[in-house]
Amino acid sequence: MLEVRNISKSFGGFRAINRANLDVKKGEVVAVIGPNGAGKTTLFNVITGILKPNEGQVVFKGEDITGLAPHKMCKKGIARSFQIVNIFSRLTVFQNVQIAVFAEQGRDLTLFSPSRKLAVDDTYAILDSVGLTEKAKSVCGSLSHGDLKVLEIAIVLGGRPELVILDEPTAGMSPEETGRCISLIQRLSTERGLTILFCEHDMELVFSIAQRIMVMVQGSTIIESDCASVRRNKEVQDAYLGED
Amino acid sequence: METANYKYVIFALVIAAIFAVAPFSLPRFYVYLIALIVTTGLLSTSLNFVLGFGGIYQFHHAVFYGVGAYGAAVMIMKLNYNPWIGFIVGPLAAAFLSLVIGLICIRLSKLYFGMLQISLGSLVWAIVYRWYTFTGGDDGIHGISVPPILESPIGSYYFTLIVVALSLFIMYRILKAPFGSILQGIRDNVVRSQAIGVNVRRHQLIAIVIAGFFAGVAGVLFVVVDNSVFPDMMFWTLSLEITIMALVGGWYTFLGPMLGAAIIVLLRTFVSTMTEYWALALGLVLLLVILFLPEGVLGKVFEIWRERGLGRTGEAERTKGTDYA
Repeated sequence: MLEVRNISKSFGGFRAINRANLDVKKGEVVAVIGPNGAGKTTLFNVITGILKPNEGQVVFKGEDITGLAPHKMCKKGIARSFQIVNIFSRLTVFQNVQIAVFAEQGRDLTLFSPSRKLAVDDTYAILDSVGLTEKAKSVCGSLSHGDLKVLEIAIVLGGRPELVILDEPTAGMSPEETGRCISLIQRLSTERGLTILFCEHDMELVFSIAQRIMVMVQGSTIIESDCASVRRNKEVQDAYLGED
Repeated sequence: METANYKYVIFALVIAAIFAVAPFSLPRFYVYLIALIVTTGLLSTSLNFVLGFGGIYQFHHAVFYGVGAYGAAVMIMKLNYNPWIGFIVGPLAAAFLSLVIGLICIRLSKLYFGMLQISLGSLVWAIVYRWYTFTGGDDGIHGISVPPILESPIGSYYFTLIVVALSLFIMYRILKAPFGSILQGIRDNVVRSQAIGVNVRRHQLIAIVIAGFFAGVAGVLFVVVDNSVFPDMMFWTLSLEITIMALVGGWYTFLGPMLGAAIIVLLRTFVSTMTEYWALALGLVLLLVILFLPEGVLGKVFEIWRERGLGRTGEAERTKGTDYA
């Protein structure tokens, strides 16, 4: 479904990504791991159009989408969440998800029909599935960090994507929140059949939900394989997993 | 929700009744003052459409007010068109200019947008100020003929009220519609708006054109009320003043700018009869608002309402979404 071919991205003289490769098949859950500064977020920014790569290609469903503007990427069916909570802070939880649904339904230029009567069921369906219905009317500023990260995912679902890209979905979460988030991601994969690409620091999370793992070190792909092979790989152990 | 709506309707009817009887119970000067306040309030509301709800730093918004007024004045006095045609051309000219300036500025964000916008707006002002044969230069154009029905103060007063009410209603509906919801989303977070599939620049540009159009409508209303135009109408200080109105009234509220306009216009009218340093009073008001009411007067009122549970977002009803703004 998604192919990343030899992508490179430099900032000034610094090569953040150096010929990275990645292959995600339909329905898969794929993780990108790597130490801090390995270029994971940069890679996601390139895939979703926030950054343009210096070289290489991003191919989605057989189509070269390299360097398309972010809103066009979304229309193609790729939706992402952000590592640092990135939501609409003055809107309510409901509205945060609702405007994503509006955008997906092509209602962004609807000038006169009242928002409060539109896309209400679709929005509640998403809030129900992530467990935020009770907080629907709260303004986001009053939410806990864990809820905000879940809201991140709910906004992503509003775009009805085929490929979901999650940038450290559990960053900063408490252990219970992490557990809730893991089961949520698993449900998205099994119930909705979504293809999921995510990056994460939490090894437990990675090995528990990813079917395949791509390891990045200093901007390059070291290995892209199933969990067991990644665990056994010598280079990965040296670079990332440590001594044990 | 239903009872709250009921309260709003009563409130709106009372306000409408006060406005309706004003010309029969107030001296002529006050009738003129009310017309001036609602006209300026419409201008400030149109600015706040992009500023408070769109997060677009349109620092020189008054230029569209001026172009709306001059568009009408020039059509009527220099090109001898029927006044009604002038009244339509004015806002369209303002909308067109806001599209042109918007297209140039939209590539920049926040303060850079605002700074380029000030310079381009000042350029328009300079042209109007210098082009004596067409715009009357620094004298402006006076004694503009208006349709007979608007010649009496009462006629122009009611016309102004009706047009302002209609304009406010249209802008309000737009802000409450998905277009407005997404506009507020863009204000809160541009990157995320792109990520959910919104063409942010196109969206902002449309908002700028709508705001420019209604600034032009306010300009035409000034012609109706005052029968004159002058270059100060598009000088940057007026842009600053209407920005202050929006801030004082409450820039996250829809009616805040109107309230701010009332406060500032009244302040200017009455303080300037006492002292020539009326700007000092303005500065003082602004200082107090920034220190104690960062969300403006109306923002504070709504905050108190919410705390008392009278708020508009209180009741949870599954059949409906929540209200924006």
